[in-house]
Amino acid sequence: MSETTTIAPPDLDRRSGVKITARQEQSTPASDRNGGVDPIIELQDVDIYYGSYRAVRGVSIPIERREITAMIGPSGCGKSTLLRSLNRMNDLIIGARVTGRITFHGQDLYEAGVDPIEVRRRIGMVFQQPNPFPKSIYDNISYGPKVTGMKVSNMDDLVEEALTGAALWGEVKDKLKTSALALSGGQQQRLCIARTIAVKPEVILMDEPCSALDPIATAKIEDLMAQLTKQYTIVIVTHNMQQAARVSDKTAFLTAEVDKDGQRHGVLIEFDDTNKIFSAPSNELTEAYISGRFG
Amino acid sequence: MAIDTSRAETGYVHPSAAALKRRRIRLGDTLFRLALQFCLFVAFAFLASLIIYVLIAGWNRLDLRLVTNMPSGLASRADESGLQSALTGTLWVITLTALMCLPTGIAAAIYLEEYADNTRWYNRFLELNIQNLAGVPSIVFGILGLGIIARVFGLGFTIITAAIVLSLLVLPVVIIATREALRAVPPSIRLGSYALGATKWQTVRRQVLPAATSGTATGAILALSRAIGEAAPLILLGAVTFVRFNPEGISSRYTVLPIAIFNLIKSPQAELQELASAGIVLLLIILLLMNSIAIVIRNRAGKIR
Repeated sequence: MSETTTIAPPDLDRRSGVKITARQEQSTPASDRNGGVDPIIELQDVDIYYGSYRAVRGVSIPIERREITAMIGPSGCGKSTLLRSLNRMNDLIIGARVTGRITFHGQDLYEAGVDPIEVRRRIGMVFQQPNPFPKSIYDNISYGPKVTGMKVSNMDDLVEEALTGAALWGEVKDKLKTSALALSGGQQQRLCIARTIAVKPEVILMDEPCSALDPIATAKIEDLMAQLTKQYTIVIVTHNMQQAARVSDKTAFLTAEVDKDGQRHGVLIEFDDTNKIFSAPSNELTEAYISGRFG
Repeated sequence: MAIDTSRAETGYVHPSAAALKRRRIRLGDTLFRLALQFCLFVAFAFLASLIIYVLIAGWNRLDLRLVTNMPSGLASRADESGLQSALTGTLWVITLTALMCLPTGIAAAIYLEEYADNTRWYNRFLELNIQNLAGVPSIVFGILGLGIIARVFGLGFTIITAAIVLSLLVLPVVIIATREALRAVPPSIRLGSYALGATKWQTVRRQVLPAATSGTATGAILALSRAIGEAAPLILLGAVTFVRFNPEGISSRYTVLPIAIFNLIKSPQAELQELASAGIVLLLIILLLMNSIAIVIRNRAGKIR
């Protein structure tokens, strides 16, 4: 982190009115891609509890800027819990608690005084089931910029930009005022991505974004993700190992371990370049999982 | 081997394809269906006979004089008598009731459903008591209104007292119906809003409430329909049976349709009993109008803005 002096100090205070776009325009040197020297988010020894139950134990992962990091593992291994902790969506679950450190540009996201609302403005999220608002396509996109108080000179342009960014503009440009619920599942999910990028986050978290979609819609979303890494950092949770192999740069493999009291905790087994995980994993559990012998 | 169901193994002979067409009478199915239809018929027939009865009984009096004339005190002019003062009294009371109970009830429901932590005992206690409150007889609210609002607060036997008491009476209905409507809004909509960096209030105001409009409107109309038909608590609260003037403001004396109807029915004169039936029809018309407002709101909410 010490070399990254070009990055403005993170300022997640509600009052600050940070110019998000200014930060995004700072280009990352090409060498940083896959270079592993510029994590935008870092998890250090993270435990996540629901009440007294520890759902995730001791996870440390760096999330590299403008890469796609995939989290894979069997059901109940805490991938989604971990993902939600990255933009404090877990705060909405009563009793959820995080220990360890999760930093964003070096700022501890769980430090006192950090505003979860501001965190979510900077770290967006796309859900498993497409969840467009029961409003028009246009209003789905303009909602985020409006509620976050972004200074928008021309909302029409922003809507077009967001929909274009999510590879949906061509399909919906003549029906922006119609209900988003009339779109197909795949289009709805791309609308949710468009809605997320309309507020210009730096990171997009995706929680099994394709599991409710058919293969054609899935392929479109995967293409889109590759496009999005030009501007955004993506963390994706997926059940689909081929998907992780296809789209991601880094892969974290988690699994559930059972402790002596019979409780299951999610633990990180292996984190590495996706190529390495899928061709020469160093842990035999990883190898067993990706070859389909377990999970 | 268990999979093989051929004749040789099991001795079972499949019925011929023609058996698919054989006519069967499924007694249980038919009976159940008839029972359901009968129950529906009972409910509907009762309502229909009531409406037909009052229409016939009040037919002679169903003209504009019903709403333009004041009640007449002279027995000789009973056929000229109208219900204007009761109609205006009812409109005053119900409008004030709506203005007071709807915002309060909807706000309370939003708190309970969106903000309150349901794992806390005091919130569950509140919830339980709101449900109990919905079952309290309306006369009890009348006693409460008489003791506290009319006497202690000194508001007297006025329209505002009646409206406050009716608001309190139907508040639990508004709260319960609104909570149901809020609960029916999928959580994924809230999550989607939060994930964009919306605050709680923004999420409630701009996503949850609009999505719950239709259920809320239904609950509101149910509550007001109950309030408009109440007579019991208002007997205690000075809704006078014979009023020959329209209310002039919230601190005016008043009467309302249910009380006027009750009074007319007691009367020995046939003309006045006819007037009572016409009054019931009038009350039903107001209820229908209120329901159609709710339907309009629901249809508009259903459309995408």
